[in-house]
Amino acid sequence: MLDDIDRRLLRQFQADPGQPIGALAEAARVPLATAYKRLEKLQNTGVLRGQHAVIDWHALGYGVDVSLRITLDKTNPRAFDDFLAAARDVSEVIEIQTFLGRVDARLRVIARDLSEYQQIYRDRILTLPHIADIEALLQVATIKNSASLPI
Amino acid sequence: MTVALDATDRAILRLLIRDATLKASEVGRQVGLSQPATWRRIQRLTEAGVIAGRRLDLDAAKLGFGVTVFLGVKLAAKSRVSLVDFERAIAAIPEVQTVEHILGLYDYRLRVTARDLADFERVLRRRIMTLPSVGSVEANVLLSEEQRPGPL
Repeated sequence: MLDDIDRRLLRQFQADPGQPIGALAEAARVPLATAYKRLEKLQNTGVLRGQHAVIDWHALGYGVDVSLRITLDKTNPRAFDDFLAAARDVSEVIEIQTFLGRVDARLRVIARDLSEYQQIYRDRILTLPHIADIEALLQVATIKNSASLPI
Repeated sequence: MTVALDATDRAILRLLIRDATLKASEVGRQVGLSQPATWRRIQRLTEAGVIAGRRLDLDAAKLGFGVTVFLGVKLAAKSRVSLVDFERAIAAIPEVQTVEHILGLYDYRLRVTARDLADFERVLRRRIMTLPSVGSVEANVLLSEEQRPGPL
């Protein structure tokens, strides 16, 4: 189980994942050797699974960011598997989530502009298998985005 | 301003999306560049804002957060003037991880993390539904989630 030292380290690490381990140890008020040991243990136990670079798609000219909420045809037992496998092949799909609730899945799709989006939507999204219904939500602004857990 | 990428930049980004802790020498080895040349490219991509930072991939369940729920919130009609107040209040709740203003069925989409469903209900009832501007709420419990590398 996690103790207070682990929590302090993870809290500081989440707040600034790019910082060197020395700064992290200092911010968490933990000796450097302890910080090394604890982070290694968190990795070995699978709590800390990895670190990923975050891409700003806007900087690369992708100005359109759409959430598609999808209801699947659940009469087909393979609906989820087929749909997810096909959605993974669409490179403009940058996030895939599945839910228990009113919708079954959500795809986050990016495009350079609305005409490119329309083309992706028609040629790549509507052709995905077992879709019963799609709703599109256009993201206007992000007010808070802390991937952080309240550890 | 849009940043143009060549094939090597794309290859570097693909590697760093998978593992941001890779050293420039290792990235360089995989894309066929020297360590300094790779380092300069990563530096350029970071300064241009293409690499916006790093994300830790933590196993939320192992940390005791077993439930993630997406809430679609529609504001009560009368309170549409006080968007800023709503945004400030909702963003201050630690269990609320993301707040997005959207166009469509709802006004806002919230990502809420909790220890379990009972804990989620507590956050929903005591922290979110008590905000005066909240009208209707739709909840979807997250079952699985994957980040894809994107069009690189």
